[in-house]
Amino acid sequence: MQTKDINEQIKWAQINNDVLRSLENPRMAYWVAVGICVAMIACAVIGVGYVYTTGQGTLDLYWPDMWGTWIGTFIFWIGMSHSGTLLSAILHIVHADWRKPIYRFAEAMTTFSLMTAGLFPIIHLGRMWNLYWVIPYASDRGIWPNFRSPLVWDAFAIFTYLTSSALFLYIGMVPDLAICRDNARGWRKKLYTVLSLGWAGTDRQWRNFRKTYLLMACFLIPLAVSVHSIVSSDFAMSIMPGWHVTTFPPYFVAGALYSGCAAIITLFIILRYFFRFEEYMTIPILEKTCKLTFVIAMAWTYLNAIEFATVWYGPDQVDKELLINKFTGPYSPYFWAMLFFGSVMPFTLAFEKLRRHIPTMFVVSLFLNVGMWLERWMIVSPTLSLSYEPFAWKVVWPSIVQWAVVFGSFGWFGLLFLVFVKVFPSVSMYEVKEMVYHRRRAVVDDNAKALHRRSSDPQPAAEMPGA
Amino acid sequence: MSFKNILEDWARYRRTREDGGFHVYEHKWGMAIDLNKCIGCNACSVACYAENNLAVVGPERFAKNQVMHWMRIERYWDEPQLAQAVPASQYQENGGSFLPMLCQQCMAATCEPVCPVAATYHTPDGLNAQVYNRCVGSRYCSNNCPYRLRYFNWFSYYESSWPAPLHMQLNPDLTVRDKGVMEKCTFCVQRIRRAKDKAKMDNRKLGDFEFQTACQQTCPTTAIVFGDLMDPETQVSKLWAAHQVELGKAEQDKENPDLRGYRVFEALNTDPKIMYMERVREV
Repeated sequence: MQTKDINEQIKWAQINNDVLRSLENPRMAYWVAVGICVAMIACAVIGVGYVYTTGQGTLDLYWPDMWGTWIGTFIFWIGMSHSGTLLSAILHIVHADWRKPIYRFAEAMTTFSLMTAGLFPIIHLGRMWNLYWVIPYASDRGIWPNFRSPLVWDAFAIFTYLTSSALFLYIGMVPDLAICRDNARGWRKKLYTVLSLGWAGTDRQWRNFRKTYLLMACFLIPLAVSVHSIVSSDFAMSIMPGWHVTTFPPYFVAGALYSGCAAIITLFIILRYFFRFEEYMTIPILEKTCKLTFVIAMAWTYLNAIEFATVWYGPDQVDKELLINKFTGPYSPYFWAMLFFGSVMPFTLAFEKLRRHIPTMFVVSLFLNVGMWLERWMIVSPTLSLSYEPFAWKVVWPSIVQWAVVFGSFGWFGLLFLVFVKVFPSVSMYEVKEMVYHRRRAVVDDNAKALHRRSSDPQPAAEMPGA
Repeated sequence: MSFKNILEDWARYRRTREDGGFHVYEHKWGMAIDLNKCIGCNACSVACYAENNLAVVGPERFAKNQVMHWMRIERYWDEPQLAQAVPASQYQENGGSFLPMLCQQCMAATCEPVCPVAATYHTPDGLNAQVYNRCVGSRYCSNNCPYRLRYFNWFSYYESSWPAPLHMQLNPDLTVRDKGVMEKCTFCVQRIRRAKDKAKMDNRKLGDFEFQTACQQTCPTTAIVFGDLMDPETQVSKLWAAHQVELGKAEQDKENPDLRGYRVFEALNTDPKIMYMERVREV
């Protein structure tokens, strides 16, 4: 049974080789995956084109549910974007070094899910060609966006988060890009030469790099929390029952971390399997991620329970009616499915045997995300279709066009991710080396014994075996 | 485009929008609807379709609730407590209750602050205006309207809704909206405008009942009374006063609980400008 986070006897050259190998020679399976993603994107493009020319009515959106699954999927993707950068930054600050082999692809996941999420508010607009009106640009007519609207805050928050998380991903990658540059030929050589910004690994460069990286991490933690709080204020700032909830910001952040962690587990297993990253993406690290997911799942469950309790014991009759409607009404199958996948399913993560069983974890992590998608849909649609005005109560099943675009968004995310893993190292080489180095100091106690020291004491500047 | 203009406009923007909307109103157009008089004939709804160029969407889209009725008659069969007392087969015999619902032109409208591009705002007339040209169709306003009184143009209706020669009956005083735009009852703003302009040209004050909204004009039982709530002499103001309903309150403290006037979802503090007078029923 593998118990160590990483094999500390691993050689530097082997780390380089293993990671650089993943960038080369895409196999048939890769091209098949690319093909599937492109086909999925084609579905979405056809769907959006149809909506663009015909009108939003083809989505079978209706009075009064005017948002439906698209906005639900938007929150889903925003949520998925949270784990990568936020966890990477938090774990970096608390010196949890097991983050090192897995943070790179998690941050890439953040950036790409934001790029997916950002598309939904654009395409859902009735007149998407007027999107730029949401941006405050100076014009002679003196017309500005409405700064009181949470949708405008959304635009700012998401754009800021996208910029900074892409920057965070890139900055963390610079030393690795230099390694790639030194080992590449052809167009890759040119690309990495430009992207590695002349990195030579001098002391001064490392010092500045560390400072910048730490600063970015500190900046990103509050930013990531605020982004999903702002997305939650799309709902919490409104007057509608089931939306007008004070616990929404933490609830959204917890849900975001939850779905993000589940997605990390999924991608972890895929990368580990296809790129033979068993040495780096080890079972103990998977276990740690699973434990983290379990904790977040319980926090999410708790916040859910709080929401139910405050509604149930609260004075608002309409809120109560809506809650009962969610449990027993037309949306109840999805609502119960959400509770099952979101609150019951994660208990599989509590058992060590299951946590260490990769196929189980793969399936579970997918279902956790199904649950989180349902959660977002259950936030948007029931409130809209069953709210104050009983005359307007109506439930219409979303049309095939809506589903096609939701489906296609996964292809778009997948394609971006597939391109990423073949162009950029999806495991951080320099940080894995750091991790190995520190583990070696902690574990290899031959030197320590010889010097009658504890292994945690500062070491003499002796050459480490294998370094 | 000069920098000076922008700065000046910015200053103006800051001055006028500090806490949203206007503070000095010229009018506060409001309504009083007597549900005792309402017979649920839907004539007001038809008049609204004719006056405001509302699109007729067809049966399939109607079944999907993609409708555009700015003025709708809500029919409720009975109060729930009465419905429990009699078997379901019988309670329709008591007759339905009708509630004509149109945009309540709230003074603290929930739709206004959420629009990302400020396409809906409060006018000095106290109206909740919708600027079609500015609307980008995010539909947040409709989602945040507790009355569900905002309707979206799901399709381009101008090609299909008024086949020739029906397009000849379109009202030239206002636009036909294209797809992707939100719309709702305007209190027949084109009529308000015309009457105001006329009064201004004659250099006199706008009188009560000088003009009517389309629904009011058509109502066979005169259940709808429309007028200026700023002017205490108008009939609508008198009705509001008689029923002890006041603007700006989330809860009316009535001396006489038998007075029938109420506003829909008043407790949400949206401050709607339509007062309904409850139907009195024999039980």
